[in-house]
Amino acid sequence: MSEVTTRKPPAPARSGPPASGSATRSKPGSITRPRYGIHLFLIIMSIMWLIPTGWALFTALRPKADTDKYGYFNFSGSFNFDNFVTAWNQGGFATLFTNSAILVVPTVLLTLLFASMMAFAVSRFTWKFNITLLIMFTAGNLLPPQVLAAPLFEMFKHFELPYSISDSGNLLNTYFAVIAVNTAFQIGFCTFVLSNYMKALPPDLTEAAFVDGAGIWRQYWSIIMPLTRPALAALGTLEVIFIYNDYFWPLLFIQSADKLPVTTGLNNLQGQFLSNYNLLAAGAIITVIPTLIIYLALQRQFVAGLTLGASKG
Amino acid sequence: MADTTLGASAPARGVTSPGRLRRRYSMLTRRDKIVLGVMVAIPTLIEMVLIWIPTVLSVILSFVRWNGLALSDIRANGVANYTYVFRDYPDFWPALQHNVLWLVFLAVIATPIGLLLAILLDQNIRGTRIYQSIFFAPVMLSLVLIGVIWQLFYSQNNGLLNFLLGTSGTPQAIDWFGNSNVNIWAALVAATWRHAGYVMILYLAGLKGVDPSLREAASLDGANAMQTFFRVVFPVMRPINIVIVVITIIESLRAFDIVYIINRGTNGLELISVLVIKFLVGEGQVIGVGSALAVILLVVSLVPIVAYLSRTFKKDA
Repeated sequence: MSEVTTRKPPAPARSGPPASGSATRSKPGSITRPRYGIHLFLIIMSIMWLIPTGWALFTALRPKADTDKYGYFNFSGSFNFDNFVTAWNQGGFATLFTNSAILVVPTVLLTLLFASMMAFAVSRFTWKFNITLLIMFTAGNLLPPQVLAAPLFEMFKHFELPYSISDSGNLLNTYFAVIAVNTAFQIGFCTFVLSNYMKALPPDLTEAAFVDGAGIWRQYWSIIMPLTRPALAALGTLEVIFIYNDYFWPLLFIQSADKLPVTTGLNNLQGQFLSNYNLLAAGAIITVIPTLIIYLALQRQFVAGLTLGASKG
Repeated sequence: MADTTLGASAPARGVTSPGRLRRRYSMLTRRDKIVLGVMVAIPTLIEMVLIWIPTVLSVILSFVRWNGLALSDIRANGVANYTYVFRDYPDFWPALQHNVLWLVFLAVIATPIGLLLAILLDQNIRGTRIYQSIFFAPVMLSLVLIGVIWQLFYSQNNGLLNFLLGTSGTPQAIDWFGNSNVNIWAALVAATWRHAGYVMILYLAGLKGVDPSLREAASLDGANAMQTFFRVVFPVMRPINIVIVVITIIESLRAFDIVYIINRGTNGLELISVLVIKFLVGEGQVIGVGSALAVILLVVSLVPIVAYLSRTFKKDA
């Protein structure tokens, strides 16, 4: 909903108490006087904020031989992308990224589909259990996942499947387990946001369709869903990042290393590259790439998703 | 584990009356009722089977003795698991202290930093977009990756921090993630790196929602910027403040990823969430004790969840 970088018009400047340049004292909205104090503070904070990632990038770009020779904090020697190539191959990133895609795409699509169906039902119709259901969904999203770990693990372990479908003979070590649980967890938040969004759409839209004899599914799919597109785009972006960043559920359910997604795979990478920080840094930077693409292309969508519920009103 | 996200319930925009806004269920045809029923039933079923039934099972399992193998081995155990956790399990109280420390640190250090950044960036300053992008970037990273990135920074002999402190390569060099006296603080700094950006984004959205005429009125009344903020702007942002309080509490209860990637949550980094997993995946599985820990985590989590939900849905009910 919110576009973070837009500004409201500045309030008319008025002579106030002399500002010392400290942040909170300068008048909001006045642009007449450059505020060096604020800039100095923000620049220092920015540098502090950039150091960890910058250091990782710096380490990743230097060959191990050069760091051994000159030390880690040294600008001598060459800079190249060799570590990235080595880390990509040794870390098996092609597999890791494929696995992440296999988990992320269905989870996000299913979450948005189910959440929008639920949101449509509770927001467009008066229903006795509306609030109860919404509370149940929202609360479910807020539980610490560890609370459910033991029962879910045992449920999946005792859910027997033929070996032709699952190599474990049950639901453990399958993508289905991770997709299902992540979907269940994310439906809560998405339903909450989408139902608020749909409540705000004018009722005449579906009234007219209703009079024309359009069924429920058509009202949902052809009328409400297209209008909900901005919210779906924002939530979709947010959920892609959330599921890509998910560490816990694959850690719990997936046992074979060749089935792990990127984020959980960092576990093994960390052990594998422990003696070579340059490779570990390169591996870390590689895992940022999908995030970086979204950060550059869809940052506004992501921010909108984060603030969707909170900024309204 | 995904992030904690919350929304404040917002009044519906527009001026439609509630009666017209939503249609009565009874007006529908039989076919429509079935379609609608299915649309509600599928998500509800998923939520029931994968969230709420396991939650109930967790409570039940906390009163049994079980090694996680055959279902027929389950034996009732009374409150023995809880007695063990509270009285005999040496890691429990330190872990609880760490969770409390986590909460206090996020609440007292990370959240105010985020608020301060939002206030500064909400003013009409040059380059606000660049600053925002910088502070916001860590929010998109997983806490696992943040653990790895900061490990490179904190490393005893190869890290930047010890180099800057001039201790690199000397016996005084601190192993920031390895030393059990300091590693919780080191992890908290890394967590702050992300949490502050998150808080900043939410408050920036909140500040934009504040009616500018309120500030003008305050300034016409002679209030300085400080007074305007704390007496006028901050109270008006109450919905956002509540969201941020709940997010901060829940995030500190859910903290898991970063300590698990550092050292599996041992040696000074014990948290309740980690202990739950330890009993589940360890050599001798003790499902009962793990579940007792999970229930303790559940009960503590329900306090902010219930407080938040009862406030959010009160006016709707």
